[in-house]
This record gives sequence, C-alpha cells and structure tokens, in this order.
Amino acid sequence: MIFLNAFLLSGVFCMIAQVILDNTKLTPGHITSFFTVLGAGLAFFGIYDKLMEWGGAGATVLISNFGNMLYLGVVEGYKEMGVLGLFSGLLVKSSAAISAAVIIAFVLALFFKPKD
Amino acid sequence: MNKDEYQKLVSEFTPKEKKLKNAVLAFLVGGAIGFIGQVVVAILTTSFSMEVKDAYVWLCISMIFISSLLTALGFFDNWVSKCKAGLFLPTTGFAHSVTSAALDYRKDGFITGLGANFFKLAGSVLLYGMLGGFFFGVLGVIFHG
Repeated sequence: MIFLNAFLLSGVFCMIAQVILDNTKLTPGHITSFFTVLGAGLAFFGIYDKLMEWGGAGATVLISNFGNMLYLGVVEGYKEMGVLGLFSGLLVKSSAAISAAVIIAFVLALFFKPKD
Repeated sequence: MNKDEYQKLVSEFTPKEKKLKNAVLAFLVGGAIGFIGQVVVAILTTSFSMEVKDAYVWLCISMIFISSLLTALGFFDNWVSKCKAGLFLPTTGFAHSVTSAALDYRKDGFITGLGANFFKLAGSVLLYGMLGGFFFGVLGVIFHG
C-alpha cells in the first residue's frame, strides 16, 4: 500500500531529524544540510531509487530528494555532455524547485509584511 | 558550579516525555505531508493523466507555494516552532526559510536587505547540497558510469 508507505517513510525521516535535534546541539540548519547531503549519498548507493519505488511521494517531499536530484543531474549530465555535463547538469533536475522557491518568495515579499 | 556541571543538571531535569512527544509529533506531521503528497500524485497521474515524474515536480512546486503563502500570512512560524522536524525536513522548510528571510529583510531595501539576505537561511542547504551532490555525482560517474 503506497499511501501507508509514503506516510511511514517521510514520518520516520522527520522523526530521526527530531531526535537528532532534541539530543544534540545541532540547529535545524545543520540537520537540513546534513539530510540533503545524505540524500545525495543514498542516491550514490542506489538506495534513494528504492525508497522512491517503495514510498513514492514520501521520498520526494523530503529535502533529501534535493540531494538525490543533484546527484542524478550530475550523472545524467555526464552521460549527455561528458565532463562539461558534470557542471551544467548539476542543477538541471532541481531547477524547478529552486526557481519556484525564489520567484514565489520574492512575489510574496512584495505583497506581505512580516508579522513581527 | 562550572558550565559542564550545570549542563548535566539541566539535562537531568529536562523531561524525557517532551522529547518523546516531539518525536511522535514530527513522525505524524512529516508522515501526513508524505501521505498528502502521495494523494496529490495519485490524483495528478489518474485524473490529469500526467506522468509520475512530472507529477512529482508539480507536487514540489505546489508544496513550496502553499508553505510560502502560509509563511507570508504568518501561520507557518508558529507551526514550525511546534512541529519542528515534521515541517522543516520536507521541502516546506526550504520554502519557509527563503520566504521568511525575504519578508524579514525587505525593510532594509531590495538590494542590501532582501537581495543580500535572500539565501541567508537556505544558503547552507544549497551550498552543501550542491557540494555533496557534485562529489557523489563524480563518484557515481567513476564507479557506476
């Protein structure tokens, strides 16, 4: 049942992050950075693909998927363009997420004021 | 009493239950986001006959939009301080950090305020994500390519 798997997968990742946050002095910034790099590492070992097969959107909503997409971008860039593709491919797959975050955040900042 | 002893005392009196409650809450909130994401993907792929790959991208963009909007409306900060990892580990946390930096620093001007501080919080995710992705990507090309 993929809906249950999605719930369990993202839930367990968030719970691990919460346990790290509560038991160490690391800030959310440290933890999100760590999980992003962890996503790239899991992609290298072929684990992230399996997680996405098993948990579907549960794996793609996490910040770790950002690392996974960066990894895939580099590998596919190399297949298409050789060494140049290592650099030009890095952001290709995650471009949609970064662009959306930048544009939406800027437009909202024009219309809204911070609530202290 | 020195600093270490004081820290020990503090950790002895910090209730363990709160940590358990936080962990359960992060599990439920994070899980709910994954579940809702799967529902959205299921709707997009069946009703809109979209490819799974594209559905994931639309899911990502809509999550960013919703969490940015909730940040701008002022709800998200309270929720993040309650649910913590349940909300900052999914992509919602990335969008929240960008939007809240944009909102907070706009008063200092568009270049020296908003522009200079736009990636203040999300910058570390971008930097170390790109470094890690590049490093593992090169390894992947060497070992699997």
